[in-house]
Amino acid sequence: MVVAIDGLSLGAIYALIALGYTMVYGIAKMLNFAHGDVIMVGAYMIYTMCTLTWTTGGLPIWAGALIAFVVAVVVCTVLGMTIEKVAYKPLRGASPLAALITAIGVSYLLQGLAQLIWGADQKTLAILDKLGNLHAGSYTIKWSSIITLVVGAIIMVCLTLFVKKTRTGRAMLAVSEDKGAAQMMGINVNKIVSVTFAIGSGLATFAALLYLPTTAISPTLGSMPGIKAFAAAVIGGIGSIPGAMVGGVLLGVIEVVCNSIEGVASYTTAIEFAVLIIILLVRPIGLLGKKRRVKV
Amino acid sequence: MALLEVKDLQVYYGVIQALKGISFEVNEGEIVTLIGANGAGKTTTMQTVIGLIPSKGGSIVYEGTDITKFPSHKIVGMGMSQVPEGRRIFQELTVYDNLMLGAYLEKDANVIKERIENCFEQFPILQERRSQIAGTLSGGEQQMLAMSRALMANPKLLMLDEPSMGLSPLLVSQVFDIIKDMNKKGITILLVEQNAEKALAIADRAYVLANGEITHQGTGAELAGSEEIKKAYLGG
Ligand SMILES: Nc1ncnc2c1ncn2[C@@H]1O[C@H](COP(=O)(O)OP(=O)(O)OP(=O)(O)O)[C@@H](O)[C@H]1O
Ligand SMILES: [Mg+2]
Repeated sequence: MVVAIDGLSLGAIYALIALGYTMVYGIAKMLNFAHGDVIMVGAYMIYTMCTLTWTTGGLPIWAGALIAFVVAVVVCTVLGMTIEKVAYKPLRGASPLAALITAIGVSYLLQGLAQLIWGADQKTLAILDKLGNLHAGSYTIKWSSIITLVVGAIIMVCLTLFVKKTRTGRAMLAVSEDKGAAQMMGINVNKIVSVTFAIGSGLATFAALLYLPTTAISPTLGSMPGIKAFAAAVIGGIGSIPGAMVGGVLLGVIEVVCNSIEGVASYTTAIEFAVLIIILLVRPIGLLGKKRRVKV
Repeated sequence: MALLEVKDLQVYYGVIQALKGISFEVNEGEIVTLIGANGAGKTTTMQTVIGLIPSKGGSIVYEGTDITKFPSHKIVGMGMSQVPEGRRIFQELTVYDNLMLGAYLEKDANVIKERIENCFEQFPILQERRSQIAGTLSGGEQQMLAMSRALMANPKLLMLDEPSMGLSPLLVSQVFDIIKDMNKKGITILLVEQNAEKALAIADRAYVLANGEITHQGTGAELAGSEEIKKAYLGG
């Protein structure tokens, strides 16, 4: 029970990050390897703003945290859009390899900048842990896990509705399937790509907030969840939104279950990637990936 | 004044020149057809006019405005819409979503609703299939959807790139009837066709494109009657 909730909540975090990878891939057809580092920036922003609002006083702790989070979302969204405009947009139409290498470069740039600004030492900020535990019968469940699960589920439902039901969401699906045809509908592809980066980075900030209880903040904070979430996106079928959710949750559950078994825990990451490889061997397009029809 | 005036248009794919300076015009209310063999440059012309492919030289003037360097969304916003080669409906989306995307630039929900109603009136099959994933429609239904989607933009100039491709003879006739009908309702038509005979029959004027150059032009009847055209494009 506890393992299940912890697993699902870690899965929700991976899913939120995986959504950023998968949406950007679906729409801009590139792997944004700097995505994990946006989470790191989000975590630092939350940390800095929380410390600031809590020490200057006057505000209740929750209000300071809320302000910190809102600021972090704004900063990350703007950061995501800026990275796209400055680093990726000039390369659209160039070889995918060029974009990939640029993304890796942006990733290191962000890590370097973070180290310059915040230093290399680890910082901790357990805002959600302050909430303590829920005791239900013989079970003790962390409130942070429950909140993560609920928030993650709400975001995913909202995102699904947004993509399916709104004009912009529909345009995103159209660009993702056939950019040229989408342009013929009058869709401004540059704008849609920009919106996609904004949404992906916004989601990354949520992931940062929810990830904070389990980690210390350092310039490389984004690397591990970034890679895991990327694996989750691939497992689910890169480009597929429900796929990223399924892949994320699957990976989160596997991770927590493995970690809870003595003797297996130290092989957790290896097991996760073995699952990735097996799934790709059986189904190269991922669980919910779609076979692209060949364009003539 | 011509609705669309293309002058000396040149387009390259890398070092290969696909359009070697073509000029043609489409007047308001006309059906103009562009015929030519495979690889002549018909699709390239259509896609360049709507802003999907950049040109290296020449100009495209629409309603008196030079749109040569305009992005496609701006051109579409000026009342130009296209049924692309191979239909290119959004296969993973529903029929309804496809139609809504056709009206992407229209913000007034009431206007969109009205257009959808008109569309369903004209194509009851699409209403029946409105929640179906478009990729699962039959070829004929997909062509109806592609045309309806283009009409959802309420275009002044509608460009169709081989709308009869891959359809049964009965459906081909139906497609040409629909094109004539749309033209009667006031939409100017630029039609690219492999089916030159049928295209020339409904066209006011026609151009023949070969290897990126316009080799012949005239009224539909003139070209249909020319021995040379008959030999090359009408199967004798
Ligand atoms: N993306 C591309 N890259 C390189 N060359 C291209 C590209 N698209 C078209 N071409 C070339 O440009 C020329 C014109 O192609 P286009 O598709 O415009 O011909 P078309 O008249 O529409 O032919 P079809 O009747 O087969 O549709 C052809 O020689 C084609 O090989
Ligand atoms: Mg063609």
